[in-house]
Amino acid sequence: MRLIFKQIKAPLGVGVMNRIKQLFEEKKNILSIYYTAGYPNTGDTIRIAEALEKSGADMLEIGFPYSDPVADGPVIQASSKQSLDQGMTLKLLFEQLKDLRKSVTIPVLLMGYVNPVLQFGVENFCKACAEVGVDGCIVPDLPMVEYEEFYKGCFEEHNLSNVFLITPQTAEERIHKIDGLTNGFIYLLSSSATTGKNLEVGDTTETYFSRIQNMKLKNPAMIGFGISDKQTFDKACSYANGAIIGTAFVKAIADGNIEENVDDFMKQFKP
Amino acid sequence: MKYKVNEKGYYGDFGGAYIPEMLYPNVEELRQNYLKIIDDADFQKEFHQLLRDYVGRPSPLYLAKRYSERFGANIFLKREDLNHTGAHKINNTVGQILLAEKLGKKRIIAETGAGQHGVATATVCALRNLECVIYMGEVDIERQAPNVARMKMLGAKVVPASSGSKTLKDATNEAMRDWINNPVDTHYIIGSVVGPHPYPDMVAIFQSIISEETKKQLLEQTGSEQPDYVLACVGGGSNAMGMFYHFMDDEDVKLIAVEAAGKGVSSGLSAATTYLGKEGVLHGSRSILMQTADGQVVEPHSVSAGLDYPGIGPQHAHLFKTGRGQYVSITDEESLDAGLLCTQLEGIIPAIESAHALAYLEKMEFKGGENVVVCLSGRGDKDLDTYIKYFNL
Ligand SMILES: Cc1ncc(COP(=O)(O)O)c(C=O)c1O
Repeated sequence: MRLIFKQIKAPLGVGVMNRIKQLFEEKKNILSIYYTAGYPNTGDTIRIAEALEKSGADMLEIGFPYSDPVADGPVIQASSKQSLDQGMTLKLLFEQLKDLRKSVTIPVLLMGYVNPVLQFGVENFCKACAEVGVDGCIVPDLPMVEYEEFYKGCFEEHNLSNVFLITPQTAEERIHKIDGLTNGFIYLLSSSATTGKNLEVGDTTETYFSRIQNMKLKNPAMIGFGISDKQTFDKACSYANGAIIGTAFVKAIADGNIEENVDDFMKQFKP
Repeated sequence: MKYKVNEKGYYGDFGGAYIPEMLYPNVEELRQNYLKIIDDADFQKEFHQLLRDYVGRPSPLYLAKRYSERFGANIFLKREDLNHTGAHKINNTVGQILLAEKLGKKRIIAETGAGQHGVATATVCALRNLECVIYMGEVDIERQAPNVARMKMLGAKVVPASSGSKTLKDATNEAMRDWINNPVDTHYIIGSVVGPHPYPDMVAIFQSIISEETKKQLLEQTGSEQPDYVLACVGGGSNAMGMFYHFMDDEDVKLIAVEAAGKGVSSGLSAATTYLGKEGVLHGSRSILMQTADGQVVEPHSVSAGLDYPGIGPQHAHLFKTGRGQYVSITDEESLDAGLLCTQLEGIIPAIESAHALAYLEKMEFKGGENVVVCLSGRGDKDLDTYIKYFNL
């Protein structure tokens, strides 16, 4: 048997409105911020979440670090390494998030690679997410077929959205399949790239974004990878429901003055 | 074949394609086409012609007399060290470069540890006039300097990987990142039976020439194509898979895979994956992996750059778990001693990787008369510095 967890069949979290869904129903131009848990200091995870909510972020993606993040560029690689060197683990992250919902109301997703999840145990992972009030996950190296066969039931039982990535090279048929499998949003990569590349919206990117817009997907879409400031954010928002900033934010908080740095970074997005 | 990949890309519990969406189109294109392309008669003709005229195959199966006397069994060395560029790696790169051409790719990337795969890739890129970028850990660039020079001379760009342990694992990460950023025109020539499906199967098919020839040569030399034992070292596991391939289904042939114990399996400086590892996902497949309880990959150690890897290919994980293969390990010192022994008994300086397989002969007990094939995966030219320092020569 390949499975180290059992398969569960359950309907989508009965009755509870997922915070992600609610956000997209109520708001346009959604700003989601990615940061690495336990960076710059192990104890910063919750502080950053609180500061971000206070300064206007609409949604959070908290990265749980992995030793071999192949989809990430140098900045997020370095933050992951520092966090791990300082002792961050998935177990510690869930302890840190124990009181998340006492101070943070916006949707929170966990983002990371599949191996730490496998070692934690998929069921334990989903359960821990639900217990602390995490709304969804992004696991870039978890294949769609595996998700469908072995994870989906567990995710749905715990009312967790699983977010898939698509790139300009993703075939239409596959996009529809992803749209059918997920219930949070679709993570639209501006190009096939590792994190931290700058967004260059040329003709081909525009054609691709419009193509996706015209597909009339059931899920909202967020543009990610390469969004770094107000200008690129606004541009992305003209093609999607919002955008995700990662690398630029991780850079901005490097020196540890969390509240000050978060405030400074978020100022540009204030109306 | 009982131990072959199934239609979902798995070997028992292991395999699959755990890749970010950015790599999906490439890997899927490969998955849909690799068997069709490889099975094509023109491809086969060109592949085998190059193996013969360019690589120098078949590689000899050499009955090592003094070794045989010493160990009390018939010890055959499969001489992959005599291939052009000095190791088995070229069997795979010749196959993959032809495949990349069929897929219309213009740019080739690869990772390398010992530099043998990097050299073999740079070589076929020169041969076919394709752009070539090789990722290599900083530590390996230092300890395998002659191969770095060869790659440069062959026209490849060698990019240092400076993250993690700065060895093979990190070079592989960088190559995957390159592929993510260059999804259309680039083919990634993975150098071992690792990575997402179909790589482990594809590389095994290209390396299977080793056991295909061995069978014929054994028949000629011993009257039977069936040996009692075959041995090979395992980094990712490609020379071992090539050596095992046509013997896998014959359960009378004992398969022995030799991992690098480094400074000892319990020293904290080791690359003995099956001994130290647990099931997990790295570089696109589910296999056995050296990792912490939190699922972070543990940095391996081996004196041999080509074995300095925290995982093994999924098919090896399957052979290990089912008990079909016996997975053992050899320390840095044992391998270097075996390298010197081979040099002095047989006049062959083996790669330190291959010396791991040779070293295990010392630990085996023979009744006498058994036929034993050791895959001599590569020559030791690249390792002279290490040998010279260790033996104070
Ligand atoms: C001579 C030689 N043998 C063995 C290996 C290990 O690779 P694999 O386990 O894929 O055969 C290498 C890798 O660089 C090598 O150069």
